[in-house]
Amino acid sequence: MKSAPGQEKSGQKGMKKLDPILEIVDLTHTYSQGTPFEHVAVYNINLKVYKGEYLAIIGRTGSGKSTLIQHLNGLISPTQGKILLNGQDINESKETLRQTRFKVGLVFQYPEYQLFEETVYDDVAFGPKNMGLDKEEIDRRVRESLEIVGLGQEYYKASPFDLSGGQKRRAAIAGVMAMEPEVLILDEPTAGLDPEGCREIVENIRNYRERTGATIITVTHDMAEAASNADRLCVMGNGKIALLGTPEEVFARADEIEELGLDLPEVTKIMILLKRKGLDVPTEVYKIDDAVSALLKLKGGRNGA
Amino acid sequence: MGTIKAENISFTYPAEEGKKRSLVLDGVSFEIEKGSFTAILGHNGSGKSTLAKHFNCLLIPDTGKMEVFGIDTKDEDRVIDIRKRIGLVFQNPDNQIVANVVEEDVAFGPENLGYPSEEIRKRVDQALKTVGMEKFAIHAPHLLSGGQKQRIAIAGVLAMEPECIVFDEATAMLDPEGRRDTMKIIRYLKKEFGTTIVLITHHMDEAAQADRVIVLDSGKIVMDGAPREVFAQVEKIRSLGLDVPAGTSIIYELERAGVDIPIENLTVEECADAIYNALA
Amino acid sequence: MLKDITLGQYFPGDTVIHRLDPRTKLVMTIVYMVALFTAKDIISYGVVMAGLAAVIVVSNTKLKMLLKGLKPIVIVLAFTGILNILYAPGEHVIAHFWVFTITLEGIKTAILMMLRITMLIMGTSILTYTTSPIALTDGMERLMGPLKKIKVPVHEISMIMSIALRFIPTLIEETDKIMNAQRARGADFDSGNLIQRAKAMLPILVPLFISAFRRADELAIAMESRCYHGGEGRTRMKVLKYKRRDIITFILGIAYLTAVIVLRKIGL
Repeated sequence: MKSAPGQEKSGQKGMKKLDPILEIVDLTHTYSQGTPFEHVAVYNINLKVYKGEYLAIIGRTGSGKSTLIQHLNGLISPTQGKILLNGQDINESKETLRQTRFKVGLVFQYPEYQLFEETVYDDVAFGPKNMGLDKEEIDRRVRESLEIVGLGQEYYKASPFDLSGGQKRRAAIAGVMAMEPEVLILDEPTAGLDPEGCREIVENIRNYRERTGATIITVTHDMAEAASNADRLCVMGNGKIALLGTPEEVFARADEIEELGLDLPEVTKIMILLKRKGLDVPTEVYKIDDAVSALLKLKGGRNGA
Repeated sequence: MGTIKAENISFTYPAEEGKKRSLVLDGVSFEIEKGSFTAILGHNGSGKSTLAKHFNCLLIPDTGKMEVFGIDTKDEDRVIDIRKRIGLVFQNPDNQIVANVVEEDVAFGPENLGYPSEEIRKRVDQALKTVGMEKFAIHAPHLLSGGQKQRIAIAGVLAMEPECIVFDEATAMLDPEGRRDTMKIIRYLKKEFGTTIVLITHHMDEAAQADRVIVLDSGKIVMDGAPREVFAQVEKIRSLGLDVPAGTSIIYELERAGVDIPIENLTVEECADAIYNALA
Repeated sequence: MLKDITLGQYFPGDTVIHRLDPRTKLVMTIVYMVALFTAKDIISYGVVMAGLAAVIVVSNTKLKMLLKGLKPIVIVLAFTGILNILYAPGEHVIAHFWVFTITLEGIKTAILMMLRITMLIMGTSILTYTTSPIALTDGMERLMGPLKKIKVPVHEISMIMSIALRFIPTLIEETDKIMNAQRARGADFDSGNLIQRAKAMLPILVPLFISAFRRADELAIAMESRCYHGGEGRTRMKVLKYKRRDIITFILGIAYLTAVIVLRKIGL
């Protein structure tokens, strides 16, 4: 089993993984309050995000996931409730809010549409510059984050608008990584890319996590992709958290997932069908390799008997 | 007679300053039958969208010959004849909606074709019904979801009553629900009206629903056949930067591990059946 | 937030005013403006105002919405008022200080001028509040039809206008998104002096322009694919037809304007 933090408190050191970095407390957000367009986007959400974990937030369009993540770096402030970063309320003052923007990096959907500088290098340097870092530090960060996303020196002087679609996306993500946030949040980072492009982005994110030990939160509607990368899945429906746990725990509740209008990973679907046909296979499996080894074990068992 | 017929077509975009011209399409030949459902696969930059633009005279091949409904696309006088019979639906639904009222947008095509007002009304109502958006006829399109907007874009094409519709990565920007709805409409059009469908995509599960898959790489056709034949070549597909459906992957791995199992299976149900038969 | 901008806003409704032909409404708005500028004294102003009030009531327009529309011109109003009070010549002096003389006539002129601007904005607002943008551009295209004979690209102008109206909400939404994305990268749009602020807009404007050009490009391709080839041979789904209510409105409009002109002639 992966780290499945269920514990509420952990005073001990050495249990770093169980320390929450972000805490969402009784969060409710209502858009256009007091007008006929009033609309509750998220309702009474409580969630702890632990240091170094990889959390995937899954839900249909309109389930409140975008609203939720924009609270985490203070772009939206709560109607009710609060967001704690390392125990401190991020909306306490202008300064805490500013610091939060640097500590919690947010990559929006289709981030390539935010590129604006003349060169890739300058664009990636935009964030670190805003942080007021010195020149050498900015240079180090730009180089490192471009390396993480696999854009070598030959791209430094290139115009970001001459890059291919996938490269643009990676340059834009590097722009947020260069701020070296403790929590990196990505909204649909692979949307619209071809399989190769998706693989590259997933690889870049993993790379950043390994190097920095940062906490990763991704928002997606792709169950299979979420499950194969994340430690925990948080499934949202109608502005609330519907399911929360490891991929195995979540996929064991297949019916509820389908009720929320979400698709199970194809692998899980096949395993469920096999189970219904009478084969003794685990149904919470979601990776191709795990499914294959479970099936081979089954075959081996039969041949042996 | 084929609906679309490409004979050895090649195409290069005009060179930009300081850049090398490279062939986007390099000797492509194929024929698409009336009433068929063809998927065109390929990674980004493989030339598949450029090819789609050749279908309705947005681009003309540099060399070779492109015929649509037996009309050469070079014939400038017949551009409208071709365009009203072959509709294109594009990737970004926002950028193909012209009007700020749904029904006015759907009417745009038939209005351009100069039909009388009652005829346009009839077509608009029918098209909106086909895509299940009749309730939104007088809504503002910018307030709809991505999937709903794409349905409006499809309705706009349907109102011209085309014989063939080309979906140029029309599902790429949609959420799973929007993608499902779009695929449902595609299947319905084929079944109900016998519309010829060309689906350009990089979602394997969508391509698997077609009668035929054409795979493009660097402007050349590298694979062409029924989906189960194409996807059975797992290694080749992967080497082209694409992927096969997850079920096919499982079967492929089982086969490699020595299980006697046919690989030509695509859907979740087919795969489950095949695995069950091989193991039980 | 940017989303609160209510440019040329339209409030769907089902009153007689909403149902009038857009051409009728356009012409009537011009008639109203002519009447407003013809009005000279309190009685003729009263007649013009009565007409406006009647339209507000019939069209079921909320007074609050009309007043909200005045917000951007409050300064213009105040300026007009003060200038007229201070400078308009007159005989009945009320106060005199430094180089200024305040007269009874001055105050009256100031009030009437401010009233005129207020009524101008309110009247034209009712046109956009009760007419969908597409009907409006359609009406304009038809009214300007005769200008085609002297090579004015009437169809193109109205197509550009309706596409602009279509994309305003999309681009506003996009601006919001880009601003948020740059804020997440630590951009600060709210502090600094004027030059710093102008410079801070660059990370918004560049992506916005690039996106607008891309959209224009894709839209052009999509329009071509849907057989768009200019205004020639193009028909419309909704054909504008004058109905009885339009004819009645025209008669009322002529009577209204005549009344105001007559009142002016006799100095009221």
